[in-house]
Amino acid sequence: MTELQAGQGAQPLEVPRIDARPQRYRDVLIALAAFALLALLPFIFGSKQLLDFVIRCAAYGLFATSLNLLVGYTGLISFGHGMFFGLGAYGFGLMMQKTGVAIPVAFVATLAMTFVVAVVIGAICVRLKEIYFAFVTLAFQMLIHSTILSWQSLTGGDQGLRGGIPRPPFLGIDLSNHLHLYITSCALLVIGLFLMRQIAQSPFGYTLRMIRDNATRASFIGIDVWRAKLTIFVLAALFAATGGMIMALFVSGAYPEFAYWTISGEGIFINMLGGVTTFLGPMVGTMLFLILNDTVTRLTEYHGIVLGIVILFFAIGLRKGLMDFAVEWFAQRRGEGRG
Amino acid sequence: MLKIRDLSKSFGGVKATDNVSLDFADGSLTAVIGPNGAGKSTFFNLITGALRPDAGQILLNGVDMAGKTPPEIVRHGIGRAFQVASIFPSLTVEETMLAAVCADQRRAGVMHRRFPLAETRDRAEHAMELLGLANKRNRTAATLSHGDQKLLDIALALVLEPKVLLLDEPTAGMGTEERWRMIDKVRELWEKQKITVVFIEHDMDIVFKIAPEIVVLCYGRILATGTPEAIRRNEAVIEAYLGSDDHAGAVA
Repeated sequence: MTELQAGQGAQPLEVPRIDARPQRYRDVLIALAAFALLALLPFIFGSKQLLDFVIRCAAYGLFATSLNLLVGYTGLISFGHGMFFGLGAYGFGLMMQKTGVAIPVAFVATLAMTFVVAVVIGAICVRLKEIYFAFVTLAFQMLIHSTILSWQSLTGGDQGLRGGIPRPPFLGIDLSNHLHLYITSCALLVIGLFLMRQIAQSPFGYTLRMIRDNATRASFIGIDVWRAKLTIFVLAALFAATGGMIMALFVSGAYPEFAYWTISGEGIFINMLGGVTTFLGPMVGTMLFLILNDTVTRLTEYHGIVLGIVILFFAIGLRKGLMDFAVEWFAQRRGEGRG
Repeated sequence: MLKIRDLSKSFGGVKATDNVSLDFADGSLTAVIGPNGAGKSTFFNLITGALRPDAGQILLNGVDMAGKTPPEIVRHGIGRAFQVASIFPSLTVEETMLAAVCADQRRAGVMHRRFPLAETRDRAEHAMELLGLANKRNRTAATLSHGDQKLLDIALALVLEPKVLLLDEPTAGMGTEERWRMIDKVRELWEKQKITVVFIEHDMDIVFKIAPEIVVLCYGRILATGTPEAIRRNEAVIEAYLGSDDHAGAVA
């Protein structure tokens, strides 16, 4: 909304004031509609490939959107966000393989573990200024990756967690059934997105925007900047870990690549593709990225070059993500229609 | 009552604030003047916690602020505006005000409700009315004129309902006419809000016209304090500051 209003800023017209409550109802409706649509998909198109695509979108989408809470909303450019994706996948996979607890228990336990790790790493990182923050998060990512590689007895080293992740049914949900896994992934995606949207549109979300815009000023109106940054760092880690768990369930395993720095790089890439000024930008970016990845890998072995060119096009050509571009385009058209 | 006692701060060998002791009575309006590099901004930075004093006390109603962080000091009731308008470029005027009230109500961390909270509205509205920004409520801060950005900066401090308001050059970067409008606004706020206002100002005409109390800083030390009349006649001030200025004629 703010972008739209900035465009027509010259007229000091009485525009309707921001109101909080209808927004939440609207978001609940959108979430329900999205879930219903996704849940109907398998009954309209039987294609397993399409459902696989949606599951991967759920895993990467939660990861990329949570990264946008840091990058777009708070101005914290993390190059190590992928470590929590990896932690989620490994934590969940190991818990299921070694302890045999019920899936919801492993899910919550993995989130608890991620919470502790994120608090420790966040407490060290969020004090640092931009570039140092980026590099120290990257360093932690590398640390976790090498720990996974070298702790062979637990993690299987570079082979990853093999032998499949046991998926005992719970509450009538059997995650070894592809349809059940699909519906569960969609539910996690929609709930995750709704919660992140709630955070972004809450008073705390505006605190984050203030910190992004001008952290010094934020501290001079009484905001504890360090605490707010740590809070969002930890929350974003939890959503990224949820993405990792979906991935682990999907491939029935966990591999060192899930915790490698390239995952973080892909997260940034996705955010650049989709754009960081809208909430759904990273989701659009995720779909774009996965489609690109799948088609390009099928066509050429030099897919790195193609992806590189694409990102150059977005960075230098459009200078913004696809969603940013779309929003501005619509705003312009609307403006013309009115004038 | 804001009492400064023996406040000192050095950068390397330079004493930016040197043993400054001052009293600001409740509801007073004081101008801080002094040549460039006199330590005016450092003085403000010490009081608001942007810098940590080497020594001395900053007593607000008997509570020492020295060594506290900016958020703590703000919550005790010392608000400030900046020389270069310090605002949130991507937020609208209204959002800025609402978010600031949220912070003041200790609700900056609330996640289970939507922004804006109904209980922040009246105060935000009041601050926008006071500063004449109500009809620009939906403009993003980045699109405001320079003068409006300065007003928004002041509104940000004022909306927190501080006991003491520190304004670092409210008229910086403005044309003559705009300066007078701004300073009238400052005076109006001071009269309406009945708070303690301390402001830094370079324009002597403005200072002598509106400030009942003046503090002259020079090389980090207090050169003189007093009413405009007393400052005009002060030998040390004339020599160190006014004498070298275009205002020499007016002073003599």
